[in-house]
Amino acid sequence: MAFINMKKKEVQVKVVYYGPGRGGKTSNLEYIYKKFRERIQTEMITVKTHGDRTLFFDFLPFDIGKINGYDVKIQLYTVPGQVKYNATRRLVLRGVDGIVFVADSMVIRKDKNILSIKNLEENLTDYKKSISKIPLVIQYNKIDLAEQGIPVLSFEEMEKDLNSVLKAPSFSASAITGVNVVQTMKKIIAMTIASIKQELK
Amino acid sequence: MSYTLSHEQLSEIEEILQHNLIDLGVHCVFLIDMAGNIIANHDNGESSHDIYSLAALAAGNFGAVTAMAKIIGEGEFSLLFHKGEKENIHFSKILSDYLLITIFGNDISLGFLRLKVADVVEKTNKILGSFDAE
Ligand SMILES: Nc1nc2c(ncn2[C@@H]2O[C@H](COP(=O)(O)OP(=O)(O)OP(=O)(O)O)[C@@H](O)[C@H]2O)c(=O)[nH]1
Ligand SMILES: [Mg+2]
Repeated sequence: MAFINMKKKEVQVKVVYYGPGRGGKTSNLEYIYKKFRERIQTEMITVKTHGDRTLFFDFLPFDIGKINGYDVKIQLYTVPGQVKYNATRRLVLRGVDGIVFVADSMVIRKDKNILSIKNLEENLTDYKKSISKIPLVIQYNKIDLAEQGIPVLSFEEMEKDLNSVLKAPSFSASAITGVNVVQTMKKIIAMTIASIKQELK
Repeated sequence: MSYTLSHEQLSEIEEILQHNLIDLGVHCVFLIDMAGNIIANHDNGESSHDIYSLAALAAGNFGAVTAMAKIIGEGEFSLLFHKGEKENIHFSKILSDYLLITIFGNDISLGFLRLKVADVVEKTNKILGSFDAE
């Protein structure tokens, strides 16, 4: 839940990148960090294993300037996608304001995507939040792999698998080449801010 | 959804932190919620920590330790403290949703700090108790 500091005129908003293991959540944040290096004053925090898999979370604070006179601080987090880390995944979701679901376009990851979005729904329910109400953007990552001849799911098929009921805004993207990474982030920020804007007076 | 504290509530909390902790030589203190948001922070003017990252890690760390406590059949651990060579860090839960984090040097004993923190927790409780973040 966003915290509005009336005294400092500052808002802190929590956006979490969720999705199956190796889907590209950390890569999204790394791209954003590289791209906006001069605007982000601090280091990106990552808590990971030797093998580069996220163990707990990544954290990247992103200041977007003023809205209605309030300094808006967006806190970007990723969760660990591996199935066995559900306890830590749930911890990171605490107080979440907006979610980017990063799906993996590789054909072999079809079922993992579906399981992961179900798991997101369950974990949100634990916090008495609904996946259909919280600001949500779905990203179909790794589309660049098609050029290398690796079988990827079509946009339509992924929409059918993951977004037929939710009807959330969705993007095809590549966290490696950067296609639609910033657009995904801008969309979730806009939606999340819109959801609390009435309270910024 | 969001929540807020009034100007007066925040001023009151900051006053408590300043008077009970910073004035005694604590280097840096901040009050966060379990989502990792910073509610109030104060320092002695000499420390320049990246408090947003600290807050995110502290909230995660506290959540992890609490989950461990549950697994071994403890409600929670009463002392959460990390000792360094020059700097030490102490965590204290306030109500169910907040965490007070204190960074201090070796010139302050842990026992004394815990007493002071307990005092602050009690005072802050009253202000935060009027509502709950989640
Ligand atoms: N070709 C390609 N590879 C990608 C893309 N995004 C991520 N990868 C690769 O996929 C692997 C996993 O990426 P991560 O960003 O670590 O995935 P993650 O979702 O954070 O994984 P966990 O931390 O285990 O949940 C890495 O080797 C990345 O380089 C992409 O858009 N295209
Ligand atoms: Mg990761």
